[in-house]
Amino acid sequence: MGIMPFSFQCAIGIIGGKDLTKSALVIGGGIAGIQASLDLADRDIHVYLVERLPTIGGTMCRLDKTFPTNDCSACILSPKMADCIGHPNIDTLTHHEVVKVEGKEGDFKVTLKKKARYVDPDSCTACGDCIAKCPSKGIPDQFEYGLATRKAIYIPHAQAVPRVAIIDAENCRMIQNGKCGVCAKICGKKAINYEDKDVEVVVEVGSVIAAAGFQPWEATVATEYGYGRFKNVVTALEFERMMCASGPDRGHIKVPSSGEDPKKIAFIQCCGSRSEKDGWKKYCSSVCCMYATKQAMITKEHADVQEDIFFMDIRSYGKEFEAYINRGQKEYGINMHRAARVSNVEEDPETKKLTVNYTDADGNGASAEYDIVVLSIGLNPPNGAEELSKTLGIELNQYGFCKTTVFNPLGTTRKGVFVTGAFAAPKDIPTSVAEASGSAAKAGAYIVDANFEPCKPKQYPPEKDVEGKEPRVGVWVCHCGINIGSVVDVPAVAEYAKGLPHVVLSEQSQYACAQDCLEAISAAIREKDLNRVVVASCTPRTHEPLFREACRDGGLNKYLFNMANIRDQCSWIHMHAAAAATEKAKDLLRMAIAKAVLLEPLVGSEIPVTNSAAVVGGGITGMNAALDIAAQGFEVHIIEREKELGGFARNFHHREDGKEVSAYLKELVEKVEKCPKIKVHKGAHIKDIPGFVGNFKVQLSDGKELPVGAVLFAVGAAQYKPVEYGYGKDGKVLTLLEAEKKIAEGKLSAKNVAFVQCVGSRSDDVKYCSRVCCAGALRNAIQLKMNDPTVSVSILHKDVRTYGFREELYNKASSLGVKFLRYRDGDKLPAYDGSVVKAYDTTLGRDVEIPVDALVLSAGMAPVREEKEELAKMVKVPISKDGFFFEAHQKLRPVDFATEGVYVAGSAHWPKFMDECIAQASGAAARMLTIISKKKLVSEGIVAVSNPDLCDGCGVCEGCCDYNAINIVVGPDGRLKSDVNPGLCKGCGSCVASCPAGAMEQRGFRNKQIIAEIDALLDYPGV
Amino acid sequence: MSEEFEPKIVAFCCNWCSYAGADGAGVARLQMPTNFRIIRTMCSARVDPEFVLRALSKGADGVIVLGCHPADCHYIGGNYRARRRIALLRLVLEQYGFDPKRLKLEWVSASEGEKFQTTLTGFVDTIKKLGPTPLVQEEK
Repeated sequence: MGIMPFSFQCAIGIIGGKDLTKSALVIGGGIAGIQASLDLADRDIHVYLVERLPTIGGTMCRLDKTFPTNDCSACILSPKMADCIGHPNIDTLTHHEVVKVEGKEGDFKVTLKKKARYVDPDSCTACGDCIAKCPSKGIPDQFEYGLATRKAIYIPHAQAVPRVAIIDAENCRMIQNGKCGVCAKICGKKAINYEDKDVEVVVEVGSVIAAAGFQPWEATVATEYGYGRFKNVVTALEFERMMCASGPDRGHIKVPSSGEDPKKIAFIQCCGSRSEKDGWKKYCSSVCCMYATKQAMITKEHADVQEDIFFMDIRSYGKEFEAYINRGQKEYGINMHRAARVSNVEEDPETKKLTVNYTDADGNGASAEYDIVVLSIGLNPPNGAEELSKTLGIELNQYGFCKTTVFNPLGTTRKGVFVTGAFAAPKDIPTSVAEASGSAAKAGAYIVDANFEPCKPKQYPPEKDVEGKEPRVGVWVCHCGINIGSVVDVPAVAEYAKGLPHVVLSEQSQYACAQDCLEAISAAIREKDLNRVVVASCTPRTHEPLFREACRDGGLNKYLFNMANIRDQCSWIHMHAAAAATEKAKDLLRMAIAKAVLLEPLVGSEIPVTNSAAVVGGGITGMNAALDIAAQGFEVHIIEREKELGGFARNFHHREDGKEVSAYLKELVEKVEKCPKIKVHKGAHIKDIPGFVGNFKVQLSDGKELPVGAVLFAVGAAQYKPVEYGYGKDGKVLTLLEAEKKIAEGKLSAKNVAFVQCVGSRSDDVKYCSRVCCAGALRNAIQLKMNDPTVSVSILHKDVRTYGFREELYNKASSLGVKFLRYRDGDKLPAYDGSVVKAYDTTLGRDVEIPVDALVLSAGMAPVREEKEELAKMVKVPISKDGFFFEAHQKLRPVDFATEGVYVAGSAHWPKFMDECIAQASGAAARMLTIISKKKLVSEGIVAVSNPDLCDGCGVCEGCCDYNAINIVVGPDGRLKSDVNPGLCKGCGSCVASCPAGAMEQRGFRNKQIIAEIDALLDYPGV
Repeated sequence: MSEEFEPKIVAFCCNWCSYAGADGAGVARLQMPTNFRIIRTMCSARVDPEFVLRALSKGADGVIVLGCHPADCHYIGGNYRARRRIALLRLVLEQYGFDPKRLKLEWVSASEGEKFQTTLTGFVDTIKKLGPTPLVQEEK
């Protein structure tokens, strides 16, 4: 994985200087924009990633944790940001804006404005000296949502990428009235330029992806909740920073007015969402139920606090969401007030305690007192959406988000311009990530044409042969301005290193990461015949790739480099113990050198790739994925069990965006069958899928064998077959799909229709929410009412989960007189005696009996578990307890499996709507294209390797490998041996520690190398 | 009393979470005792029990292994393996009459600079209370 720090980025200033056929433009550097850029770049397409703020990361990098895994947001996002900035195919243009887009699809000319930063990002080392000396203060820190302050010169946040300073011109005394200049004086790198100006640059691109994200709703609009007036009322995003370990209070949640620990916290849902009120939004913001529950859970982990969440409906419709909510309620003891509406919040002027007045599920007024009230604010279109839409020439929808359609969820109204992430609709991270990949597939198709030339890898001088040579170590000890030097005695450390074995050169450097030092390293490798390089400076997590690059430029294998972390893990944490810190720095450097002399040159092994793909399942998901892959010129096999294509969507009888689903499906099947790159295998069963990434063989039951580089499982789902309500025996009882067919054909003549939601969902047996049934029932309820307003239609539900813009259905159904009744007791299905169904009417406050002549069961989605289990065994991928495929990472790798080269999309992954399936299909296609477009893959160098002379073939390592990279095979001598597939090995080293024979080793982390570090620390003469 | 006992502690950190957490402590300038030295491995599961024994036998007063939180492992389940190994190793150490408190396993995520600080500070304290490793004393 290429992690490159800021100073390596070649972005600013050399636009257009590359030898390119065509590039893609991605607007927005949040998680969606980052993912889209990475997928394009990994497809060897050059990308301009434009972000208007000075750092990428968007909203996600401000979050503490993410639902439903409670993953630390920074931990999972930072590697992607580093990948992005270090990727040779991506020009990350932060603090840039799009000004003008001319031309047409395949051939756009885009004018960008590079905004003045006043700090040269190539020179700035983020040492922070300027910030410490800047005399300004008290400027609200936008990254912390104003909860903290910053200086006029600042680094946006601790994980900022690129990590360089910027001057806020409005608050800079020098720029405003020419009186100050302190930062320029203090900067050892002379990086400050007060004369910096905005400049325009023009780039040529084949397609554009708009990933402009969202803007949080302005909470001051909700005057009834007192935000802005009451100190202890905070927005969810502010609360997120309060919770966050890297936030202004280091994760200690305090009552803002008093600084005391809170005892009671309330979360008010739907702030700014699902309301007709002035300044509020009618749609549902899709993510707030989950994030509020997350915040309540994390808070509970920190302290014993009573927490109440006031919901209208609990909308936990996503993968593992329902289980998460249940955990919050049962394990964490969070009080979930369903169907509660908060009328207002009052503050006690003395104690600053807050009283929340609400009506409970039964319509009774109630109130309770809290220390903090958190407003779960919704998602608005991004600031400047209208201007952006005009610049891009695309239309927005009635809510101000980018306009899309169900059948083309990633497309905009302009050809060659695509949309992804929350700019299209409020959505969560996994959906944004999957769609971001999808937009990369779509955008790539406008770039990959007959003239397309993939980005060329950088050329390096040949690597010197170090085999059998005496180690010659060059050492550089960095002052890092005053960051290291003010605590650690750098000259003493550098002098000390001169006396260590194999060290032929030891120098000090003001900034080891600066270009002059990097060039000195490359030169010394050549001139002083160095064959090992050790740098004592900051952390390898950010800077190792940079120094490795310098080694390669000097003709040294990059794995012959090692680093001692004497800043982040020494001078910064021992600021008041200079002598001890200097001793520690010497120890760390000695350990690094001891390991370095034992390092060996490594090369990743090259794995050939079959440039075609297999898609298992010929439904809407499978066909869309196949078309996206074929659009970039690669052969695809669709393997469909049934005799015809179409999958589950053949059961649909409704319209989307005014078009019959059946008509769409017909066109889609025709397109697939006519596509010369797609081969359809109907009525085909898969026997086995041996192989590994880039090299699978899909074996069909008819004996055919299809060699492919990547495989997609798009096997879909089925409808739950109800056993409830005498289904199958009682003629009045129908499933939703049966009812939809009858309604479409005008054959449902019933005058009293009731829909029962959650049949086969959210029950004791089937625990998850099937996501699509609420909207499905409402769609049909509306149709019934439109056909005949005198028909009585009731919907019996637990929660109405019409998330996002689907809330329109809820509003429309209500206005047409559809009755909504909640299940009376918890999870029990409403009673039905053959003619009457019983439910509870909150407005009447009593049980009611609803006569029915059609009882429609909104049967959930069933996971086709058996088919999945067969496939899962073939490529060793997991299935969740609910029976859906389990992806590599719920948030950031939603369509990947941990097994490389195998992907999942559509309702095989989780129940979802058609537009979501189509977008996810494109996402999987993009991920597959990053593999199958390559001639070869290069594996990581630090993989495990087994020594056959020592291996007994016991197999402990095989069971220990989570990536199935190890097989026990019969060796040439006829005895069992462990065999590591470097294409699958991720280099964790787990197997090495497990090997009882000492046969297994990890390159770059060999036993002797780690032991050398231990011995250098503890068993060195004079220590 | 001679000068205060300053223990030598080896800390094994996994690349993805705890090493990043240690860096995070630095970025936040969280101050802590200087007694530990970090050895980076890609995963806590790479920490061979042999490394721990080596460090102890060479005179380390304590060894701490730091990994990603359960379910957060960059390599799916490496931290669970580390947990089992360290648990077993502590039993073995105890059977040989060695105080298992000298070996500790803890989870520190990439964003938990403060937890890194409190964990290391606490561990240094523990080892200070236990005194110098008996292995070296015997040799002396």
